[in-house]
Amino acid sequence: MNICVCIKQVPDTNEIKVDPVTHTLIRKGVPSIVNPFDMYAQEVGVRLKERSGGRLVVISMGPGQAAQALRSCLAVGADAAYLISSRSFGGSDTLATSYILSESIKAVEEKEGLKFDLILCGKQATDGDTAQVGPEIAEHLDLPQVTYALDIIEKDGEIQVKREQDAGYDMISTTLPAVVTVVKLPYEPRYPTLKTRMEAKKKEIPVLTEAEIPAIDLAMCGLKGSPTRVKKTYSPVREKQGVKLSGKDPVQAANEVVRLLAGAKLL
Amino acid sequence: MYDQLTPEIIDQIKAVSDHVFLGEDINPDYAKDEMPIYGTHMPDLAVQPRSTEEVAAIMKICYDNNIPVTPRGAGTGLAGGAVPLYGGVLLDISKMNKIKSYDMENFVVEIEAGVLLNDLAEDCRGKGMLYPPDPGEKFACVGGNVATNAGGMRAVKYGATRDYVRAMTVVLPTGEITHLGATVSKTSSGYSLLNLMIGSEGTLGIITELTMKIIPAPKVVASLIIPFKDLSTALGTVPKFKMAHMDPQAIEFMEREIVLSSERYVGKSVFPQELYGTEIGAYLLVTLDGNSEEEVDALIEQAGQLALDAGAIEVLIADTPSRIKDAWAARSSFLEAIMEETKLLDECDVVVPVNKIASYLEFVNKAGADCGLIIRSFGHAGDGNLHIYQCSNDLEEEEFKKRVDKFFDIIYKEATDCGGLVSGEHGIGSGKIKYLVDSVGETNMAIMEGIKRVFDPKMILNPGKVCYRL
Repeated sequence: MNICVCIKQVPDTNEIKVDPVTHTLIRKGVPSIVNPFDMYAQEVGVRLKERSGGRLVVISMGPGQAAQALRSCLAVGADAAYLISSRSFGGSDTLATSYILSESIKAVEEKEGLKFDLILCGKQATDGDTAQVGPEIAEHLDLPQVTYALDIIEKDGEIQVKREQDAGYDMISTTLPAVVTVVKLPYEPRYPTLKTRMEAKKKEIPVLTEAEIPAIDLAMCGLKGSPTRVKKTYSPVREKQGVKLSGKDPVQAANEVVRLLAGAKLL
Repeated sequence: MYDQLTPEIIDQIKAVSDHVFLGEDINPDYAKDEMPIYGTHMPDLAVQPRSTEEVAAIMKICYDNNIPVTPRGAGTGLAGGAVPLYGGVLLDISKMNKIKSYDMENFVVEIEAGVLLNDLAEDCRGKGMLYPPDPGEKFACVGGNVATNAGGMRAVKYGATRDYVRAMTVVLPTGEITHLGATVSKTSSGYSLLNLMIGSEGTLGIITELTMKIIPAPKVVASLIIPFKDLSTALGTVPKFKMAHMDPQAIEFMEREIVLSSERYVGKSVFPQELYGTEIGAYLLVTLDGNSEEEVDALIEQAGQLALDAGAIEVLIADTPSRIKDAWAARSSFLEAIMEETKLLDECDVVVPVNKIASYLEFVNKAGADCGLIIRSFGHAGDGNLHIYQCSNDLEEEEFKKRVDKFFDIIYKEATDCGGLVSGEHGIGSGKIKYLVDSVGETNMAIMEGIKRVFDPKMILNPGKVCYRL
C-alpha cells in the first residue's frame, strides 16, 4: 500500500506564550515540532506499511525550515519527503492550502512513479485547530474520507477504519484510494533510533514550487486564493467560576455541594 | 530533658507569628515525611513564619525555654529528618517562598528557603538560565535540598546542590541570625561554615534565605534511551562515556521491573520491552547537552555508537521537548510508582564507586532474596548513587522491619567495604544513624556531635537526627 502523509510544522504547544499586549503568539525562541496529530498519522501509516509493504511519502507545505520536520519523519519510518514551498503559497487559508496539497500529491505521484492508495493527515493542527485541511484534500481529489481514525486495517484491497466517537467507536469500510484523518492514539509514536536518524540526515528532501506542480492554478493559492479574512484575534478571558468550600466538616461540605448543584439545576 | 510548652510560651510565640497552629489544627502531615517507617510524631505546636526575623524570634523563645524545634520544608525527605521526634515546635518554612532577585552579572538568584525546586527551575528557565541541581522530587523546598545536599540527575556533570550555594542566611539555635558565604566563586577565608551548614539536615541552624548560583542554560538538549539485555552490560557502558571525553548531563540506570511499574503508573509506554527477539533487562537513560544542534548531533552519534559497541540492543533518541519529557516521566515517577504498588516500604541511597555499581547491585539482589524481600533498584549510574527500595505487600510490619534490618546490616557493610558511603543525597535523618556510625566510626561521630554542641549548646534543634542520639 502506498501512503502519503501530510504534516505541518507547528510551535511546541507546551511552550506557547501569548503576548499580553498584542495578543499574538510569541514565536521567538519557541521550538517547532511536527504537529502531534500528524505524528500519530505517520505512525499509523508506518505500521500499515510494515504489515503490507509499499512506500510511505511524507509532504509538508511551509517555509524552508519545515524541512526539519520532514527530516524527523524520515527518521521514524518515512521513505521519502517533499517540501512544498513557494512565495506564491504564503498566506494560504485552509481552502488554498488543501488545494495546493492536493495538487502536490498528484505531482509527487508523478515524481515517485506510483499512485497513493491512502492519504493520511492528523485530525487537526495544534496551532490553527480548524480540522479542515484533511477533509478538504479529500474534496479536491474527489476521494472518500474518514475522519477521527484510531486504527486502520487493510482487508481485500479496502480499509476498515475504527473511528472515534463520543461513546465508543464506529467501524467504517471504504474503498481505496481514500483520505483518513487520525486522532491521538492509545500508543506513542516510535522514537528514532541512532541508525534511522543518521540515515534520515543523509536523505535529500526535494522542494516543490509551482514550477514542479505544472497543473496548479496560482489564482487558487496564497492570499488571493484564500476567501478567509481574519478580522480579529484575541485571547479568551479566563473566568474564575469555582466556588471554594473551606468548611472543615466533610459532611457539611458535601451537603453544601449538593445544595449548590441543585440550585444551579445541575442535579 | 526538654521542657513542655506552657500557655505563656505559646502566647509569646503567638505574639511573634500570626500563623500558629495547636491541637487539632496542626496538619497531621507534620508528623511524618515520605518515609513514615522511621516513626511518626506530632509536634505540640506548628508555626509557619514569614520572615527570617520571625524564625529568629521563635527560635529565641524556644532556646530560652528549652523547647525542641524541628525545621521542615515541603516534607519530602526520605530519612525522617523533618519528623519532630520529641514534639515541641515544628517550624514550617514553606511559606517563605519568594524568589527575590536575580543578579545576572554574577549569575546568582536570591531566594527564600521555602521556594520549591520546581518553581526555581521554571523561573530560571524563563530567563534562559539553568539551576543545574535536579533531584527527582521537584516539589521539595530548595532549603531542604541544601540541608541534605540533594544531588539528582544532573549531578554527574554539574555537581550536587552544594556546588550551587553561594551564601545563606541562617537562624542559629540560640535565635541569632548569621550570614554565611558570599557571592564570590572562591574563598580561603577561614573554616567554611557555609559548607558545614550544607548537608546538616536542620541540626545546626535553620536556613532561611539562600543565594544560589545559576548558569546560562545549554541551548540544545537530547536524551538517549538505551536498552540492554542485562544490568551489568548496561553499567559496563557507563565509564566508557567518560573515557571517550563525553560529559553527559545525566546517566541513569534502571531495571526492567521498575520501568514497567512506572510506565503503568504514568500510563505511557516509551521504553521498549523487547527488541529483535531479546527481552530487555535494563536501560540507561542518558542526557546530552550543548550549544548548537550540530554539537549535540555529533554527541548523540558518538554516544549512540559507543553504546552499541558496548552491547546495547538499540539506541532510541528523544530529540524533541515532548519526547524528552516522556522519556524522563517514567524515571521521575519511580518512587510514586513504587509507593502506589507497595504497602510497606523502606529505602537506602548508598553511594559506591562507579566501577563497583554492577557487582554491588548483584550483591544487593542476592541479599534481598536471602532476606525474603522484594528489591527495586534504580539510580545515578554516572555518580554511583543508588536508590534501593525494599517492598512488601504481604508481610506484617514487625516482620518486614526485622527483615529490612538484617538486609541493611548486610548491604551497608558491603557498601562501606567497597569504598562507599551511607547516603548519596537523602541524608541520615533518624533512620540511618546506626549505619552512619558503622560506616564513619565513633571518632568521626564524636567530632560531629562536638560541632553540633558548639552551634546548639542546649541540643534543642532537630534532636535525634544525624549525629545526636538521645
